[in-house]
Amino acid sequence: MAHVLVYIDTPGEHLHKTDRELLTLAGMLGEPVVALLGDLTDGVSAELGAHGAGVLYQPAVDGLGELLVAGKAAFLAAAAEEAAADAVLLGNTFEAKEIAARVGIRLSAGVITDAIAVGKDFSVTKSVFAGSYTVNASVTTGRPIITVKANSVEIATPQSGSIPEVRRVDVAVPGAAARITERSERAASGRPSLDEARIVVAGGRGVDGDFGPIEDLADALGGAVGASRAATDAGWIDHSAQIGQTGKTVSPQLYVSAGISGAIQQKAGMQTAKVIVAVNKDPDAPVFDIADFGIVGDLTTVLPQATAEINKRRS
Amino acid sequence: MDEAIPALNIAVLVKHVPDTQFDRHLSGGHNTTDRSESILSELDEYALEAALQLVEAQGGDGHRVMAVTMGPPAAVNAVKKALQIGAHEGIHLCDDALAGSDASGTSRALAAVVRQLGPVDLVLTGMASTDGETSLVPAQLAELLELPQVTFASTLELTHDDGARQLIARRESDNVAETVRSTVPAVVSVTDQINEPRYPNFKGIMAAKKKPIATLSLADVGLDASEVGFSGAWTRVEQAQQRPARSQGVIITDEGDAGRQLVDFLADQKLL
Ligand SMILES: Cc1cc2nc3c(=O)[nH]c(=O)nc-3n(C[C@H](O)[C@H](O)[C@H](O)COP(=O)(O)OP(=O)(O)OC[C@H]3O[C@@H](n4cnc5c(N)ncnc54)[C@H](O)[C@@H]3O)c2cc1C
Repeated sequence: MAHVLVYIDTPGEHLHKTDRELLTLAGMLGEPVVALLGDLTDGVSAELGAHGAGVLYQPAVDGLGELLVAGKAAFLAAAAEEAAADAVLLGNTFEAKEIAARVGIRLSAGVITDAIAVGKDFSVTKSVFAGSYTVNASVTTGRPIITVKANSVEIATPQSGSIPEVRRVDVAVPGAAARITERSERAASGRPSLDEARIVVAGGRGVDGDFGPIEDLADALGGAVGASRAATDAGWIDHSAQIGQTGKTVSPQLYVSAGISGAIQQKAGMQTAKVIVAVNKDPDAPVFDIADFGIVGDLTTVLPQATAEINKRRS
Repeated sequence: MDEAIPALNIAVLVKHVPDTQFDRHLSGGHNTTDRSESILSELDEYALEAALQLVEAQGGDGHRVMAVTMGPPAAVNAVKKALQIGAHEGIHLCDDALAGSDASGTSRALAAVVRQLGPVDLVLTGMASTDGETSLVPAQLAELLELPQVTFASTLELTHDDGARQLIARRESDNVAETVRSTVPAVVSVTDQINEPRYPNFKGIMAAKKKPIATLSLADVGLDASEVGFSGAWTRVEQAQQRPARSQGVIITDEGDAGRQLVDFLADQKLL
C-alpha cells in the first residue's frame, strides 16, 4: 500500500480540523504516516492513531520552527525520504505552500497547490484563475507533494486505533535561514477560522467602521468574519480577515457579502463559495452579478433583522 | 563625512501576466496561460517600490535595481514598465523553450539568471504571481540559491552594523505577527501592505528609453532547454474545464422585511 505522509505543524492539545481532513484523505489514498514538527501530547497521539496513522516522524533536533520555512522544509524532506513516502500532503496555508515548495526542490519533486480532490493515482483537481477554470493536474517527477484546501474532505469517524510509533529523524539544520525573533499571537475570537469555516460573513467599506452587525450575524450562523481590503486598510478589522487576491481564498457553503462592492480582487477570494448572498445599497454593485440572493438595502437594518429572525426561530 | 555606504544591488523579479481585469484563459494543447493582454503583474509593483525605497533610504550612489524577467519576447514589456517606474537596468531571459515552465522550472531559470548577475544583496519578488497564484517561486528560489527566505514581508528595513547588512521584516501570517531577522543576501517577497507603488511619470518614461536591457539566452545562463518549459516541468495540467460563469440569482429591494426574506432563503438552502 502507498505510504502517504501528512505534514502536521503544531497541533497543541488537539488536531486541527484540517489535520484530520488530511489524515482522512491519506487513509483513502493509502496508509497514513505523519511528520509532526511540534510537541506531541498524549491526546494528539491518540487522535493520530484513531485516524489510522501507524508511524509518526519527529525531528531529532529542536528549534527548526524558528527558522523561517527552511527548517520545517528540511525536516519534512528528511521525513519523506525516511518514510519512503509515495506522496506528501500538507494544508493550504501560505506557509504550508512554501514548505511544500522547498521540499519540492529538495526532493526534485513536483508540487501542486490548492487541491480540492486527489485521486488514487495522486492526480489533483484544483481551480485556477480565481475559480474560472477547474483543472486536473499531476506530478510527473518525484513523489507528488500536494497542498489540500480546507473543507475538501469529509472527515472519517475515528476508529479505535493504537498509539503510533514515534521515530526521530535526523535533520541537517539549514545554515542560510531567516530567524523569527518575535511572535505575537492574535487573541482567539472563539469563531471558526476563515480557512475552515463553512459560513463566512464579510463586511466592506459599507460597514463604516462598525463590524457589529457583521459579527452578530456571523455568530448567529456559527460562521467566521471576513472583510474586504478597504475595511482592513481602514483598520476596522485585522488584516488577517481580508478575503481576496492578496488575502485569503475561501470556498464556504455560504458567503454573505455586506457593504462590499465586489471588485475583481475581492471576487477572486470568494467566488467559489457554494451560495453567495450580497447586501449592498447600490443596485449596480458588481457583487450582484454573482450573488444567488441579493438584497438592495442598508446593511445596518437588513443584517440585524436577519440576526434577530434567526435567533427567534431558534428559541 | 559618513563612511562610504556599500552599493546595494537588488534584483526585482517582474512578471508579464494576463490583466486580472479581463477574463483569463488557458490555451493550446498543454493548457498554458494565454498571455495576450498582459501587463506587469500588479503585485510585482510592490516589490519594485520596496527596492526603490530601500535604495533611496541608503543614500549614496552606485546602487543598482535590476528588473529581471523571463519569457517570450513580449515579456520584456514588464521590464520596460519597471524601468519607467525607476529600475536602473533590465535583464530578460528570452527563449521559446521557456514556454510551459511550471513553478519549479521557473525557479530554476530565475535562479540561473540571478547567479549570472554577480553579487546581489536582495532578490525581491511580489507575494504571488497573479496568474499561477501559487507563491511557490520565492521559496523555491531561496532553496535553490541557498539563501535565507523572508517572505510575505509587510515592512522591510536594512541596517548595516560593522559593515554587515541585516534585514528586519514584519510578517502577518494566519494568526500571528512575526518579526524576522536575516543576513543579506536574501530572497524577499513583499505583500501589498508594504507600500503604495509609485506610477511612472513623464520624466521616468523618457529616461527609461536610455536604460540598458540585457537579453540573455538559456545558454548564457548555463541552462539546457530540457530543464525548463514543458520538458522540464515537474507537473502537468492534463485537463482544463472552464467553469460556467456564475449567474445572477434573485435580487430584491428592501422594503422593510429583507432580513426576514434572507432567513427564509437560508432556510430553503438548508443553511441554518
Ligand atoms: C493589488 C491589489 C490587491 C487587492 N487585493 C484585494 C483583496 O485581497 N481583497 C479585497 O477585498 N480587495 C482587494 N483589493 C482592493 C479592491 O480593488 C477594492 O478596492 C476593494 O475590494 C473595495 O472594498 P469594498 O468593496 O469594501 O469598498 P468599496 O468598493 O468602496 O465598496 C463599498 C460598498 O459598500 C456599499 N455600501 C455603503 N454603505 C452601505 C450600507 N450602509 N449598506 C449596504 N451597502 C453599503 C457601497 O454601495 C459600495 O458598493 C486589491 C487591490 C489591488 C490593487
